[in-house]
Amino acid sequence: MRIALDFAPMLAQWPLLLLGAAWTLGLTAISTLLGGIIGTGCAWARARGAAPLRLAVGAYVELIRNTPFIVQLFFIFYGLPAAGVLLSPVTASILAMTINLGAYATEIIRAGIVTTPRGQIEAGESLALSRVQVFLHVVLPPALKRVWPALVSQIIIVMLGSAVCGQISVEELSHAANLIQSRNFRAFEAYILATAIYLVLAIGVRRLLYWAGPRFVFGR
Amino acid sequence: MSAAADPAPAPDTVLATPHTEVGAPIVRITALRKSYGDHEVLKGIDLDVMRGEVVAIIGKSGSGKSTLLRCINGLEVFQEGSLIVDGKPLLHDSALAMRELRQRVGMIFQSFNLFPHLTVGRNVMLAPRLVKKRNAAENEARARKLLERVGLAEKFDAMPDQLSGGQQQRVAIARALAMDPGVMLCDEITSALDPELVGEVLRVVESLAEEGMTLLMVTHEMNFARKVADRVIFMHQGRVHESGAPDAIFGAPQTPELKQFLSSLHD
Amino acid sequence: MVDFTLWDIVRNLLLAARWTVILSVIAFIGGGLAGLILLVLPLTGNRVAELAIGGYVQVFQGTPLLMQLFLLYFGIALFGVDTSAWTAACAALTLYSSAYLTEIWRGCVASIPRGQWEASSSLALSFGQQLGHVILPQALKVAVPPTVGFLVQVIKGTALASVIGFVELTKAGGMIANVTYQPMLVYGCVALIYFALCFPISLYAGSLERKLNVGRR
Repeated sequence: MRIALDFAPMLAQWPLLLLGAAWTLGLTAISTLLGGIIGTGCAWARARGAAPLRLAVGAYVELIRNTPFIVQLFFIFYGLPAAGVLLSPVTASILAMTINLGAYATEIIRAGIVTTPRGQIEAGESLALSRVQVFLHVVLPPALKRVWPALVSQIIIVMLGSAVCGQISVEELSHAANLIQSRNFRAFEAYILATAIYLVLAIGVRRLLYWAGPRFVFGR
Repeated sequence: MSAAADPAPAPDTVLATPHTEVGAPIVRITALRKSYGDHEVLKGIDLDVMRGEVVAIIGKSGSGKSTLLRCINGLEVFQEGSLIVDGKPLLHDSALAMRELRQRVGMIFQSFNLFPHLTVGRNVMLAPRLVKKRNAAENEARARKLLERVGLAEKFDAMPDQLSGGQQQRVAIARALAMDPGVMLCDEITSALDPELVGEVLRVVESLAEEGMTLLMVTHEMNFARKVADRVIFMHQGRVHESGAPDAIFGAPQTPELKQFLSSLHD
Repeated sequence: MVDFTLWDIVRNLLLAARWTVILSVIAFIGGGLAGLILLVLPLTGNRVAELAIGGYVQVFQGTPLLMQLFLLYFGIALFGVDTSAWTAACAALTLYSSAYLTEIWRGCVASIPRGQWEASSSLALSFGQQLGHVILPQALKVAVPPTVGFLVQVIKGTALASVIGFVELTKAGGMIANVTYQPMLVYGCVALIYFALCFPISLYAGSLERKLNVGRR
């Protein structure tokens, strides 16, 4: 039994890996943006909306949180065409990731919203701000600040989960590793390298979002 | 170990088994220094406490008084100097030596630190059962007796969160006594209490003092210190700045720092 | 060409769901045992163990479960051991669960006030006694809701084992979708079965959590 690892053939494939990492980041960035908007809207609906709306959002959140991402993705990519909705792999991936993140973000942001002290809202209203203004300017920023670590963790979970999108031939990082190992038959090395890149991405994205949060999202 | 071999303790009065001869210091602290990083909190402390002596430690917050107390049972690690309790040197690196020492030192905390998942009775019985391997019947009888002593006999089966702060602190005292310590450390034990509950705790401590228990207490209750202590130590910036009999310390303070400290209390 | 009724589809999916459940249970129990060891080791004050376990947790939480599955699938083969998708899936999900559980439990132990450690060491309890009689019984109470909640994550995680060819619910769904040409119906059913497995557990975890918070006042 001898284990010989050879990473040299891997390094020759660096453009593929780099492109894969770029796709992974791109998918994550877009779905973070869209999922964040959905999450904020749904969180507001769930905390302050009318009863039927609350119920609908609750159903969405629970349905997504209690099924695997891969099944959500396959339903969208393989299932929806049967209903006449044809989606490219990339669109399907972005849709699945957005819907998935949106559900988790709803719960996380809602937790931030409901802990807003009553006096904050009263103060905002007594300054003649509209309900939407109170929400956007008084309630939301400190709520996001409170839950930012949880939100960042969830974004990273979605990014790591996007490895599955390679299965519907989106050319993201895991797909690149797959491609490389099919060319040079060094599966273990290919996946080790891709995994290491994922780890770097996860750490980097976390740092980036911790840095960016106070500057661009909720203010200091 | 030692307590289990006690020749039938007299019912109510025996609090502790002496390990050293009468007259020898039970706590001997020599040139003790401690720092957190660059910040030195204790800058060379020398202190002997005699058996049966009641010592009150006063001073501003940050003067190092709590840290000193916590050094005595090894909750804080010090860098220089030596500390001997009841003939046993404090050795941080030896878990066995630390446990030996801690059996002789009882500690009462500001925040009680009762075990919330155990009944009052079990709180008191836990350590004697585990550490001293005291048999169950004897252990329970002793626990009941100690709870009676602190006026909480009927709370044996209560949970800690059903008790008032004053009651919890009295349970904590009973729990520490159950280990037959040679010396008791009290770290601001009334500071977390509502004013009306302070008295019941201090009365228990006072009765311990009367029965000859060696006590080291960090306290903000100056009247109590004056009444009960044999000696008062004023700590300032990590040193024993002034010490003496209560009447001297409170009646005729020598250093400007102590004068200022005392007058700040009356504001 | 055989015609599949809805009942045929559901029946076959339910049969495959057994493997989802079995895999989840193995990963959860195996991960729990390993996680417990990883929890206790650094508490003894062993700095090396603490750092190593911190790295272990970071690696498993910072990389895709799918990659972990691939790595074990191809990695075990490197040792000349014949790997089945089954072994690789069990191994990967167990390691994955152990990393998460140890991290969850570490948080629970850390939430026990320092005073509890101090009071118990002042009473001359040994490290093992402190852990067994004072710290863990309290940590256990806090740990149950998130631990039950994590079971949902494990069940969902087993779906990825389909990618390395282990025939559980998701893989069976793919196979059935291919022969029935009804992917929407099949994946819809797959999703509902997962939901039926996970949602009650989520609800239970949630109610445990609320009870705990009420108890704490």
